[in-house]
Amino acid sequence: MKLFGLVWSNLFRRKTRTVLTLLSVVVAFMLFLLLQAISDAFSSGVSLVGVDRLITSPKYSIVDSLPVSQKQQILSVEGVDAVTQQQWFGGQYQDPQNFFPKYPVVPLEYFDIYRELHIAPDELEAFARTRTGAVAGAALVERFGWRVGDVIPIQADIWPKEDGTRLWEFELVGTFTSDEGPVPLLLFQYDYFTEAVEEFGKDQIGWWTVRLSDPSRAESVAAAIDRLFENSLDPTRTATEDEFSRQFANQLGDIGFIASIIMSAVFFTILLLTANTMTQALRERVPELAVLKTLGFTDTTVSLLVLGESVLLCVAGGLLGVALAMLTVVGVGPGLESVLGSFNVSPSAVLKALLLALLLGLVIGSVPALTARRLTIVDALRAH
Amino acid sequence: MTHVVECRELTKQYTRGRETIEVLRGINLSIEQGDFLAMMGPSGSGKTTLLNLIGGLDHPSSGEIVVGGANLNQLSSRELARWRSEHVGFVFQFYNLLPVLTAQRNVELPLLLTRLSRAQRRQNAETALEIVGLADRARHRPGELSGGQQQRVAIARALVADPELLVCDEPTGDLDRDTADEILGLLELLNTEHGKTIIMVTHDPRAADHARHVLHMDKGVLLEQAA
Repeated sequence: MKLFGLVWSNLFRRKTRTVLTLLSVVVAFMLFLLLQAISDAFSSGVSLVGVDRLITSPKYSIVDSLPVSQKQQILSVEGVDAVTQQQWFGGQYQDPQNFFPKYPVVPLEYFDIYRELHIAPDELEAFARTRTGAVAGAALVERFGWRVGDVIPIQADIWPKEDGTRLWEFELVGTFTSDEGPVPLLLFQYDYFTEAVEEFGKDQIGWWTVRLSDPSRAESVAAAIDRLFENSLDPTRTATEDEFSRQFANQLGDIGFIASIIMSAVFFTILLLTANTMTQALRERVPELAVLKTLGFTDTTVSLLVLGESVLLCVAGGLLGVALAMLTVVGVGPGLESVLGSFNVSPSAVLKALLLALLLGLVIGSVPALTARRLTIVDALRAH
Repeated sequence: MTHVVECRELTKQYTRGRETIEVLRGINLSIEQGDFLAMMGPSGSGKTTLLNLIGGLDHPSSGEIVVGGANLNQLSSRELARWRSEHVGFVFQFYNLLPVLTAQRNVELPLLLTRLSRAQRRQNAETALEIVGLADRARHRPGELSGGQQQRVAIARALVADPELLVCDEPTGDLDRDTADEILGLLELLNTEHGKTIIMVTHDPRAADHARHVLHMDKGVLLEQAA
């Protein structure tokens, strides 16, 4: 412990350099933990217990479709209270930058299942009655300055019409709000979609939303639905809405793999950067190390002092990174939970980060420590 | 009189590429306890090499060296380090203080290798700084001290573990005349009042005047021995 003061003083010999190196280590470990949290969120299994809504989607990829004929079979599963379909429509409104989801839905079924969405009864009735009708979230209406009665042109990118054109026009017949905040969503009639779409899209849906009569049976109902289509041409995967959102994001790529690649690059850079700092620091004080040896510090003690500096730097950076990652999670975690499910820094990730910090310190410090150990007093003093 | 240093047929050679350079050639030397010995000679005469061997910083190529009863040839690198920390104090031309530590913490350095408590280490360092007249500069870093003051701190560091032997390599080589005289006066005081045996390498005849004995070296031999 009495040598700790010496390690500490030497570490801050060049304060700016040490602080900048420390900051890079801090950022690396913060990034490590945040990416680990995202990766964990995507790879973790989700409990189905207690949820009253499930999503049944194509088993292998959300770009596949499911036949609308599955609806009756799903409804026949014991514990299923209601089912409605949705489809990813894509498309552009005026400008590719104006992105918002657009789903063809069955109006009455949809608003019956999504009870957190509120729409005026007469507007819902108009939506159900109007073949080309559409309703939009209030936030979207406000954003684009739409009014009921406006025609909203959408240029299709996935679903051309049967006549070969790509322009879909919807008449805005109402707006809706949500208990859970702004919903930038445009809904239009599934019947219109399936009637007008090119042949390959007819009677196809993207996913089913299933309402349960008894939330405690969510797990068995999900298994029963998937069993129904297990050996069909359109196998399914039933999960919670949170899990479905994550699968959706995962279509972008293997999140865990991407996180690993990013982290490897970051740590490799940190390794080089910090190793350079430590080597430079060693070079600057070769005579001082020789003096320590002259005073009676053994080769081992001197090499441990040098190793201690890099370990201290990396572990301190690791600890600060952990603290910052935790603060970040507290700050932004609740906002991300709807997309990622649970978003937090697990104790095992913290332990992994600290062990990694220790390992990084040992690896970085090993070469300078070895150099310090091999230093001969006479040569080092003569060089001075 | 007890001999604190005994060198017998001491040689030291360095190999540079294919060339072997003989730096010390059969040195025989005895230094009495309590002596203040100055070693003089031109550059490359081997005086610093001899000082390094006496201080246990290097091993001879052949011959025997006994300091304070310890045969240095027989000590391992680890044992030699421990021996240095207990028996020898070093003073260098360029002070060689750690710039990140205060004067007091620089002086405390050799004590980090002992079992002394923090309070005891501090107390001993303060005493050593008082002896060299720098108690009021204890909290200053080397960069805030003059050359003479830095050399005083280096002497305090050499003294703090109470070694019998002080080896000083050109201790005044980087100082002006007045400051050099102060440092030499201090070394004399340590020799006369505190009984330290001092071996000093110097180019400066005026510095050598402060010593009790002066030896001259040239081309790896002691001229007095040769005579």
